[in-house]
Amino acid sequence: MSAQLAAIFDPGFFTSQIVQVAATVSALAAVVCGTVGVFTVIRGQSFAGEALGDISTTGGSGAFLVGVGPLWGFGVAAVAAAAVMELIGIQRPRGRDLATGIVLGAGLGLAALFLYLDSVYHNTTGATVSIVFGSMFTIASSAIPAVIAFSAIAVCLVAALGRPLLLSSISPELAAARGIPVRLVGVAYLLALAIAIALAAFTIGTILSTALLVGPAAIALRLTRSPARAIAAAAAIGIAATWLSILLAYDSYDWYHQSGKYWPVSFFVVTLIFLGYLMAGLPRRLRRRREIAPDPARG
Amino acid sequence: MSEALSNGSAPILAVDEVSVSLAGREVLRDVSFAIESGEFTGLIGSNGAGKTTLFRVILGLQAAHGTVLVGGAPRSRRNPLIGYVPQKFQLDPDVPLRARDLVALGLDAHRYGIATPSRARRARVEEMLEAVDARDFADARVGTLSGGEQQRVLIAHALIAAPKLLLLDEPLANLDLRSGHEVVALLARITSEQRIAVLISAHEMNPLLPVIDRIVYLAAGRAASGTTEEVVRTSVLSALYGHHVDVLQVHGRVLVVAGEAGELADTSDHSHTQTQVEIVS
Repeated sequence: MSAQLAAIFDPGFFTSQIVQVAATVSALAAVVCGTVGVFTVIRGQSFAGEALGDISTTGGSGAFLVGVGPLWGFGVAAVAAAAVMELIGIQRPRGRDLATGIVLGAGLGLAALFLYLDSVYHNTTGATVSIVFGSMFTIASSAIPAVIAFSAIAVCLVAALGRPLLLSSISPELAAARGIPVRLVGVAYLLALAIAIALAAFTIGTILSTALLVGPAAIALRLTRSPARAIAAAAAIGIAATWLSILLAYDSYDWYHQSGKYWPVSFFVVTLIFLGYLMAGLPRRLRRRREIAPDPARG
Repeated sequence: MSEALSNGSAPILAVDEVSVSLAGREVLRDVSFAIESGEFTGLIGSNGAGKTTLFRVILGLQAAHGTVLVGGAPRSRRNPLIGYVPQKFQLDPDVPLRARDLVALGLDAHRYGIATPSRARRARVEEMLEAVDARDFADARVGTLSGGEQQRVLIAHALIAAPKLLLLDEPLANLDLRSGHEVVALLARITSEQRIAVLISAHEMNPLLPVIDRIVYLAAGRAASGTTEEVVRTSVLSALYGHHVDVLQVHGRVLVVAGEAGELADTSDHSHTQTQVEIVS
């Protein structure tokens, strides 16, 4: 029995510092993404989240170029992009796609330049891969205080917005009639979204970041009926997915005849979330099929 | 307006000479009427007559000329005297919001932060769900409810903060006949129990005729108000539309029928097609 357990949990797993750092950072990112992501899905802003993630590539590559921690680059780029989206008109239903699309194009153009310069001046392509696809096992423990600060800001912001955010996400008409400043609430929420994206990008990479933002939230929406439970479930699902992925990636060191390389944690995170989403939809599909199935008693 | 004011008590809603222009087009022109506490008033007009704009003016969301007094005070954003049920309300079935969550939001959605659960709060929500016969689906997601059920939940959301004036924008528009009757009966019961004034907009007046005390008829941006008998007459509505219309009674139902095309004062605007729509009703 203990031999089987040891096969799953490598003896060095729990004491490994890279594992501890990865687990801490990913849990914080998962909690923030769960909290923010439920509103992202309700508000129909998944595309905006995706765009902010892609654009944070610009910040990450820029940060690498000037020698600053990538989290700061992701954060600055995502917040700046969110601000421009707001100015172009993300609050209007049609303006939303337009604003997102325009800012996304401009942001990725800069990313192309920065990534090129990174490879020229630092003579490495590893930076590109770790910015875009994440590299959880190379996160320095010195980054943890900043991750905690980012997480606290985002969660506190959403909690402070609370009821007005929920009502204006559900019905801007109802919220406006109650005197809630719908646009201002939307701007503050966009800030929380940008921070969540920066954390997700730091954990699993810029272009995969929406998977952590939207995926657990979408699964939670299939499983729960009230906002508070959806947020709790999304956070728990995010933590479960990332921690299981860390374990799998750590074990993957021994796969392929001791290749001596870890598989990317991000791959497992995204795959597990995707499978979870499919599985969460299964009960409903089965139920529906049973309802449609003809009643044998009536022939 | 003056007649409504003359009976002593201040009206809960007084709209006086209100005009609104949107993108250079005059949507409302010199609209005046008043609503007393406990009155059930129908705001009747075809699509595009300015009903929603008038609601936005009353709610303080739309700039306008003229004066609007709510409970004797000038209109303001977030007026606790007003409850509102919007016409546009659509939620996907997967949105994690139970009927009871939406009703609870009616209590204090304008307050920042997260609600602290309490027994009193839960009891108030339960009481409101009971009042609109929504106990059976209180724990279902709002997006999965039928149109009539959603209307009941929205009414509970609007009423839980104990307003004095309830505005409903086309609550019957997307309901089948039976659900429509149920909603109207529910509103009539609640308003008489709680002494709330109701202003309900509709493009079709017949479902409302049995319960409304007064009518405000909107056409071509202008309004006529009074009892149904005073307003829904050939002479009054013809003057309002600016061309001849006939008011017909058929088996207790009222039909407003546009005159011959040649009689229209101005065939170039939308008034022709709008009155044609009403023939169907």
